Amino acid sequence: MDENKYSILVKKHTPKEDVSKNVFKAFIGGGIMGLLGQGLIDIYSFLFNVSTKEAGIYMIVTLIFLGCLFTCLGWFDRLVNFFRCGLIIPITGFAHAMQSATLEYRREGLITGIGTCMFKLAGSVIAYGIISAYTFGVIRLIILGVLK
Amino acid sequence: MIYLKSFIFCGLVSALAELILSKTKLTPGHMTTLFVIVGSFLDVFDIYDKLIVWAGGGALVPITSFGHLLIHGAMDMATNSNFMGLLTGMLNLTAAGITSAIIISFYLSLIFKPKD
Repeated sequence: MDENKYSILVKKHTPKEDVSKNVFKAFIGGGIMGLLGQGLIDIYSFLFNVSTKEAGIYMIVTLIFLGCLFTCLGWFDRLVNFFRCGLIIPITGFAHAMQSATLEYRREGLITGIGTCMFKLAGSVIAYGIISAYTFGVIRLIILGVLK
Repeated sequence: MIYLKSFIFCGLVSALAELILSKTKLTPGHMTTLFVIVGSFLDVFDIYDKLIVWAGGGALVPITSFGHLLIHGAMDMATNSNFMGLLTGMLNLTAAGITSAIIISFYLSLIFKPKD
């Protein structure tokens, strides 16, 4: 078959994903995560009598735990299929990346498997986070120094 | 009211990511990295602090807050000891998140087996 014809045929039969529907789903998913975060902050600051800032740290640890647990149980992938970026952009996506890497490479051993491959997916978040934070921090220090 | 605001803010960030993801050929890994950089950029002039005051927990949940916490800890230290403070304070506020992610994912991977 002619190559052009083939590519046209492929295009015709590739399932088209409804963009606006997916964006709406992501909005709902992200919104639910935001609600959950704010709710947990309120609950923790009420239960343990801590400041809002510390309750925020507790909340992040709780969400990471939930993300890891759901990944282990196999529910996270199904939820991501529905909510898409609504679960990847919140901190649960970071937890999911780490947990799926450790689960997948576990059979290669504790050191060469879990140890070396733990940050295979989540490493870029930490690496580029630190790189960008350092770069912007230097810029900000220079600007503050000039303004003084 | 703060609940509605956190719903809207976190939802909008996720919807924006989904929009970029569907319009370009980037992967979810690219998106999380991009949003961390955006978060730390927004904190250069304290914009993200105002967003947190406005949206509460909704602004702490997205991965952008990770970048914000990184540069925030660094700048807190840097007020006392300039450029050396950037290095010592970088992981101050995110330590809980990174450490708990490592420990939880390690022990859970010992308990559970991969599904497929």
